[in-house]
Amino acid sequence: MRARRRLVLFFFGAVAVLGVALAVAQTPAFRAPHRADGHPDLSGIWQAFVTANWDLQDHDAQPGLHPELDGAYGAGPAGQSVVEGGEIPYQPWALAKKKANFEKRGAVDVSNDKTWHALGDPELKCYMPGVPRATYMPYPFQIVQGSNNTILISYEFTSATRIVRMNWTQESPADAWMGWSRGRWEGDTLVVDVTGLREETWLDRAGDFHSDKLHVVERYTPMSPYHMQYEATLDDPKVYTRPWKISFPLYRRMEKNLQLLEFKCVPFTEELLYGRFRKPGAK
Amino acid sequence: MKTAALSALVLAVVLSSPLGGQPSRPAAASARQAKSYIPPKTPWGDPDLQGVWNDATSTPLQRPNGVKDVLTDEEAADFQASLAHDLTRDRRDGGADADVNRAYNDHWMDARRLKITADHRSSLIVDPPDGRIPPAVPLPPERQAARAARAAANTRFNAGLPDDYTDMSLPVRCIIRTDSPPYLPTIYNNDFQIVQSPGVIAIAPEMIHSARIVYTDGRPHLNRGLRQWLGDSRGRWDGASLVVETTNFRTDDGVLFQGANPASFKITERFTRVDPTSINYEFTVEDPATWTKPWTALIPWSKIDPGEQMYEYGCHEDNFDIVHFLIGARNRQKNAR
Repeated sequence: MRARRRLVLFFFGAVAVLGVALAVAQTPAFRAPHRADGHPDLSGIWQAFVTANWDLQDHDAQPGLHPELDGAYGAGPAGQSVVEGGEIPYQPWALAKKKANFEKRGAVDVSNDKTWHALGDPELKCYMPGVPRATYMPYPFQIVQGSNNTILISYEFTSATRIVRMNWTQESPADAWMGWSRGRWEGDTLVVDVTGLREETWLDRAGDFHSDKLHVVERYTPMSPYHMQYEATLDDPKVYTRPWKISFPLYRRMEKNLQLLEFKCVPFTEELLYGRFRKPGAK
Repeated sequence: MKTAALSALVLAVVLSSPLGGQPSRPAAASARQAKSYIPPKTPWGDPDLQGVWNDATSTPLQRPNGVKDVLTDEEAADFQASLAHDLTRDRRDGGADADVNRAYNDHWMDARRLKITADHRSSLIVDPPDGRIPPAVPLPPERQAARAARAAANTRFNAGLPDDYTDMSLPVRCIIRTDSPPYLPTIYNNDFQIVQSPGVIAIAPEMIHSARIVYTDGRPHLNRGLRQWLGDSRGRWDGASLVVETTNFRTDDGVLFQGANPASFKITERFTRVDPTSINYEFTVEDPATWTKPWTALIPWSKIDPGEQMYEYGCHEDNFDIVHFLIGARNRQKNAR
């Protein structure tokens, strides 16, 4: 009896060892270098090389808003969907609104406070892009991973900044353009839970949008010294029929002495927004 | 600079206070005496400046005439009370116009701005010893013309008649606010969050949302032709102090303090933890094309209550003011015809 139990234990032990060996063989060989606190160091300048800022879903190359002025400068590249399953699961009314958003993406009217945000892609107006859009805009961003439970992410686009509070569990105290971010580690993956996002941001130039109920969970997983996998799950019961996910790699920018430069775009939008209020005949 | 407009009352109080007995010690020396404190270090061995800090104070940048440099407890209490009286927007004296201006009342303001620095200095400037910005050098005609143009735009704006958005200041246009060095206290949103990782220090001011990234890995500055609103910052450690030099500022009007000349302007900042809840923030600006000599100010930063948060300061995104100013101006002009 005892001998048989030993045999059984040996058998299960052998299976377990074999299982571990198989699991090791299947996971990538890369293991991120760890810092003193035992977590990977994500500090550095990163950039997504996808065209999701034009459209998260499959899209053809397209002309700009004013091809008669901008020619190929204003045109956008084609791209494959970064959405798992290809399509964003909109509620029917929301799909109609997304299409209307696209139609008026280049329209701007700030003459009335109440309808200030009714028209136009917020990117066109240089508003802070929100999460996750900031991650896949065609600009780099810098992660500064502090040693005091704080990770700062500085985005080149309009110098938007985000503070990720590690192991922070409070409710978002007020809606913010970049939301409120709570971080935690799951193994080598940085998981960031984001709520309190202003409802006015869009997800891309195609008019994809969300409400103030948007809840984003991001996952940053190191895959090599030069890239990490980014995933974001978007849940918004007011707008979508179910949570949905986007994913793509983020690449480390390797240029020597590369630094984040400024793209402070307010001066590039003032004529569009405020030019119509100029004193007649001035300038 | 409202704090510079000190009432005659406080001058009288401070001047009539007994000055004898307590020797007046140079403020800069008093600030540097705190060096016995050894700040905590990051796991990679740099002094740890991380946290959220607040630089609000009522102590004026420049010392009011006739006030000594460091005040006794009694003088300091009078000085602080008088400054707070000047600064508060909950006063109801001064007539209807003043009252309308104060509708933007103390509810919106940082209450910490009503207290002078704990070391009882009467100016934030510690050098020159008189606590005043050194005399200006004569400007060449083109800079005089640029300043005159700016002054004319300010006059139009203050009269409620801006021609267009370029008549407004960079802060009103939400291009830069207190995010550009030197960091000076203001009426609200005086928080700064510092985050460090090896070779990099990020300083994120609450207003506006631009994090200044300071590289301490020894890399050279950007080439001179590449210019930024916040300049280009490089840092090094000098003992427990972070020393930051910033160059490559843009040449637009209003980017540099008091219209200094970007070609010759240089700013050096020192961040030093002097006790568990304080940083001494000291900056020196030099510009031989603007001031006859360099000058230095010292501003204490206090760690905010751990229960508080730094908030996002959206500005441009809901800048209703800029449109109200312009529509108001057009309506005034129409009605005047």
